[in-house]
Amino acid sequence: MEKTKRRKFRLKKQAPNRSLWGDGLMLLVLTICGAFMVLPLVYAICNALKPLEELFLFPPKFFVRNPNLNNFHDIFVLMSQSWVPFTRYIFNTVFITLVGTLGHLLVASLCAFALAKHRFPGRNIIFGIIVTALMFSSQVTAIPNYLIMSKLNWLDNYLSLIIPAIAAPLGLFLMKQFMEQIPNTLLEAARIDGAGEFTTFLKIGMPNVKPAWLTLIIFSFQDLWNMQGSNYIYSEELKTLPYALSQISSGGIARAGAASAVVVIMMSVPIIVFIISQSSIIETMASSGIKE
Amino acid sequence: MKQAGQKVQPPKGYLKEYAKKKLKHLGKEIKRGKVSYLFIAPFCILFTLFYLVPVIISIGLSFTYYNVLETPNFIGWQNYINLFFADDVFLTAVKNTFLFAVITGPVGYFAALFFAWIINGFKPKLRAILTLVFYAPTISGQAFIVWGFFFSSDLYGFVNGWLMKLGITSEPILWFQNEKYIMPILIVVVLWMSMGTGFLSFIAGLQNVDRSLYEAGYMDGIKNRWQELWHITLPSMKEQLMFGAVMTITSSFAIHDKIAPLAGFPSVNYAAHTVVSHLIDYGTIRFEMGYASAIATLLFLVMILCNKLVQRVLRKVGT
Repeated sequence: MEKTKRRKFRLKKQAPNRSLWGDGLMLLVLTICGAFMVLPLVYAICNALKPLEELFLFPPKFFVRNPNLNNFHDIFVLMSQSWVPFTRYIFNTVFITLVGTLGHLLVASLCAFALAKHRFPGRNIIFGIIVTALMFSSQVTAIPNYLIMSKLNWLDNYLSLIIPAIAAPLGLFLMKQFMEQIPNTLLEAARIDGAGEFTTFLKIGMPNVKPAWLTLIIFSFQDLWNMQGSNYIYSEELKTLPYALSQISSGGIARAGAASAVVVIMMSVPIIVFIISQSSIIETMASSGIKE
Repeated sequence: MKQAGQKVQPPKGYLKEYAKKKLKHLGKEIKRGKVSYLFIAPFCILFTLFYLVPVIISIGLSFTYYNVLETPNFIGWQNYINLFFADDVFLTAVKNTFLFAVITGPVGYFAALFFAWIINGFKPKLRAILTLVFYAPTISGQAFIVWGFFFSSDLYGFVNGWLMKLGITSEPILWFQNEKYIMPILIVVVLWMSMGTGFLSFIAGLQNVDRSLYEAGYMDGIKNRWQELWHITLPSMKEQLMFGAVMTITSSFAIHDKIAPLAGFPSVNYAAHTVVSHLIDYGTIRFEMGYASAIATLLFLVMILCNKLVQRVLRKVGT
């Protein structure tokens, strides 16, 4: 009796051990939390599009009524008053992000390939150390890094931001887990055809782990794109876009609109990159677990 | 000594010979792996220089007094003793950090797991959109300053404006200047941002679970979704659970960047001062590098301990 009753309500593809109550409850929780995640971002976008008088409404409105792009225009006006043009900050961040990400991709992939596919003494120890290093948060190493940078004379130089990012352990870890899944026979075939190790890596290794390097790119991109770097960089013309943003947003309520506009600019780039590579990323993460 | 030696009596120089052979073999292996070492060299050199050496230096410096100008001066355990017995602000920072870590760590972790689990049941298109919804705050970097506008201390701040409009309060509340409100608000903000990498890896792990296991589960009498989660789903994605845990622990103990722009640095009466805030205070403002290194070393040790603990717990999943 009960069984037929339940079956009546059941959706077509539903698994046999799901209750309708449970589905409803989950959907409710998901909706509330989804709203919690997304509304602040929507609020930022609305604020960025609000004309000045709407920013000073009482009571404040969440959504924008007469959207315009004045705030975006204001950023350029505000920034043109500082003696470093705004485009310079953009260039700095784009440059650091691109060079750092590409460098990280190449260096980490090379190392991951050797660790995954070559047998040589010491490889397990090296990988073990790198896995432990996943736990080094950048703050733990900040002070000695500063000392090392000053010894190398890299302070106030892009190198101090780019080079450490190139050797980030997370990327190597991801690549290694994936490289391990490349069939050995594939590599052997290339070697028998006379390909050198580097060619094998480039022609066989890399194309086979495309999702992995897309994931690595988004992690590295996101890190570098948001890097303030004010610890190592002193010259105004070398400072990054997130740093410039933090200067605008500390300017108080009058600049709330402009600051929101910068937030929107800053977040739109990683979000677009993420959307483009999303499907591949998820595929990568599936095999990125830590093996005990 | 002599008797013990007589008992076993290996041929003279046996050990030496053995070691020599081994070493020769190892040398050959290393020679054969020349290309491999060339491959790993760029990464390993940079990694050693910017990740490994700093940790070692940090541990070393933590036993010294070092102000950058003079050479480090060895002072034994003095920094650690001062931290625990003479530095009230540090103890406040420890308390705040544990509060952040204990709340945002597990809540963030389980929320990420929970949402990933629900979202995974949807059709691919909807799943892609929802993944973006939950991951967007993590990738949008500086976006957390929106919370600053939300809880702005004048009546144009969204929360204040409405509280006054509705007659609940008569004047604006200084959210980030009030010790009562500062921590709860910051915890919400950190949770908002902390789904991140863990969430993504759970989504992936869930998609990787073998479908036939579920069918077998129905046969074996798994009655509801909770049993299915515990006995089938979670055990099949242990690696992702581990990865998410490492990421969560690292980030939840190292909270500072996201709260300083909102709460100010240092925050009012150190109400939102974390261990990392303290570290940055001594490291980059007061230039007491030895002291700061002691803080960093402690933080590092706690993170490793936590990871070991979590690994142990995760091994019990599904049993």
